[in-house]
Amino acid sequence: MTDESGRFLERERFSVLFDLLRERGYHLVGPRIRDGAIVYGELPGPEDLPVGVRDLQGPGSYRLAPGDSGRHFAWANGPQALKPLLFSPRETLWDSRREADGSLSFSTPDTPSRPLAVIGVRACDLSALELQDRHFGKAPFPDPFYAARRRDLFLVAVDCSHPAETCFCASTGDGPDARSGFDLALGEIDEGFLVRPGSVKGRDLLRDLPLSSSDPVMEETLSNQTERARIFQQRTLPSQNLRGALAGRPDHPHWNSLATRCLSCGNCTSVCPTCFCFSEHEDPSLDGLSSQHVRQWDSCFTPGHSYIHPAPLRGETRFRYRQWLTHKLDYWHDQYGRSGCVGCGRCVSWCPVGIDFTADLPILLEEPDGR
Amino acid sequence: MTPSTLPVQKDPFSSRKPRVAVLKLASCDGCQLAFLGLGERLLELAAAVEFVHFAEMGPLGPLTDLDITFIEGSLSTREDLETVRSVRKESRYLVTIGACATSGGIQALRNLTSGESLSGIYPSPGFIDFLDRSTPVASEIPVDLELWGCPVTGEQILGALRSLLFGTTPPVEHDKVCLECKRRAIACVTVTMGVPCLGPVTLTGCGALCPSFNRGCYGCFGPSENPETSSLARKFAGLGLPPDEIARRFLFINSNAGPFREEGERWRGDHSHER
Ligand code: SF4
Ligand code: SF4
Ligand code: SF4
Ligand code: SF4
Repeated sequence: MTDESGRFLERERFSVLFDLLRERGYHLVGPRIRDGAIVYGELPGPEDLPVGVRDLQGPGSYRLAPGDSGRHFAWANGPQALKPLLFSPRETLWDSRREADGSLSFSTPDTPSRPLAVIGVRACDLSALELQDRHFGKAPFPDPFYAARRRDLFLVAVDCSHPAETCFCASTGDGPDARSGFDLALGEIDEGFLVRPGSVKGRDLLRDLPLSSSDPVMEETLSNQTERARIFQQRTLPSQNLRGALAGRPDHPHWNSLATRCLSCGNCTSVCPTCFCFSEHEDPSLDGLSSQHVRQWDSCFTPGHSYIHPAPLRGETRFRYRQWLTHKLDYWHDQYGRSGCVGCGRCVSWCPVGIDFTADLPILLEEPDGR
Repeated sequence: MTPSTLPVQKDPFSSRKPRVAVLKLASCDGCQLAFLGLGERLLELAAAVEFVHFAEMGPLGPLTDLDITFIEGSLSTREDLETVRSVRKESRYLVTIGACATSGGIQALRNLTSGESLSGIYPSPGFIDFLDRSTPVASEIPVDLELWGCPVTGEQILGALRSLLFGTTPPVEHDKVCLECKRRAIACVTVTMGVPCLGPVTLTGCGALCPSFNRGCYGCFGPSENPETSSLARKFAGLGLPPDEIARRFLFINSNAGPFREEGERWRGDHSHER
């Protein structure tokens, strides 16, 4: 029945996509409601998606409320990006053992290899993934744990139709519609989905989907909707390249004013889909014969992050906040050729005290004396 | 593996099994349970060290010639002062376990009163030789390591023991509860529900236990390094907490710990923030 040129998937047939992915050996993960937020979890079928809810986000605030849309994706991203699925919050990198003859032996845990299909990935997170790929995949020492999980990933993206109030992907050029980095992308309209492939794997799967041809009205509805999602976004990141702009203002008085609000809690770096810092420690057994070398998420807001004997270089909050923003928006250009912000707005919503750097940046970019 | 292969019997201790005491002052016994809750690992531990004195478990040997002494509870009576002075002389390493021994505990709330509340609790308070204030062990004697928590966890105890037995510096936790909360993918209760949470100014160690049950952190593991208590207190005010209630958040399990006490005192009985 599949129309060769078709790209329209009726809403009633959405579950076929899930079945096809399962048949191909993928374990399905997607957005679920848990503890008042939309977070990634096992996603057996479309009926498990957060249908009939909307998200109300603002600085330091996230609430779910009943929504009147029957759509599957009428809300924006929750606190998690793809990051925890690939860069594990905590994992053992190697085990060491003292053998009977006194020698030491080392072994690496098996690299994880469970093919994962993630359904409902947003544009901002695809851009962030590309940045994480560059960081963790860098030759000559790609991270084997990240690489193993990344290799077997199937990404079903969704164009955003309902950005949150905190989203500003349009100004960073990363959204609201998915442009690259996915296997399949869905544009959701009332009747169903307009599907487009983004990879060989995606094209292959697309052939088995029960698609029919879309009509020009559908196409227009989708592109208008994306345009509205773009215009809806009120926050912006100055589109200028900030390279040198923040690093050149280490003594700007506004850093101090930010520090009177910032808690140095690291929530922003934890939810940020591009932040990649980690710490490592040994976890020895009580008998002293073996030890696990563990890596876990760290943050530039911890003392350990800048610790050089005998003290952290960045002891005070103002230095830590300055480091976070200056690295993210300024040094990143030198490191990765672009800013480290993809405009997902998570650091705004999930900061317990609601610090919103899109409001502070213009002040930091002005000369202190107001010129 | 048999205990005879354990490196712990060498450096830094002599050839005998390390002698360990677990001592209790003014406390609820909850931290001692961190040992007993170790399960199988307690057997492993009991094979590696000799528990000389540990009332909750049984042995009540004399507190002399000790390699490692764990102290639970705060200094609350004159007798406590004598006990810790003498046990300090007898111990190579002395470790406090829990909020009571480390900051003065929940009973340090009486430090905030002028003593009048005691007569409401004890019919004849004169029978108890109590001190005016409940204070941490380190206020009287030098302490080698302080383990925060109400109660401490088995992991903390094992971590400390492992290091002391191996002669290495014990790992000291610096991260805040928030970091662990995010590592565990818990949705922030302050952001999703407007619940006041002490996580941003509290040391982790509990694994973000309360947020995982939709509760705000109570600050059991004490003030973190760089605790930005004023900003957090202002956030609590923004969530609608009146000053007295903000004060109570800070003046609770670790009311006698510097940064919590100072922030709590600022809001206590202060109604200038109210409109
Ligand atoms: S800096 Fe903030 S808005 Fe930008 S990508 Fe990170 S979390 Fe998202
Ligand atoms: S930042 Fe853009 S792509 Fe990301 S959730 Fe918001 S609207 Fe969607
Ligand atoms: S900016 Fe907000 S989330 Fe980030 S460390 Fe400061 S208080 Fe925490
Ligand atoms: S729930 Fe508490 S501990 Fe967890 S992130 Fe929020 S403020 Fe921090």
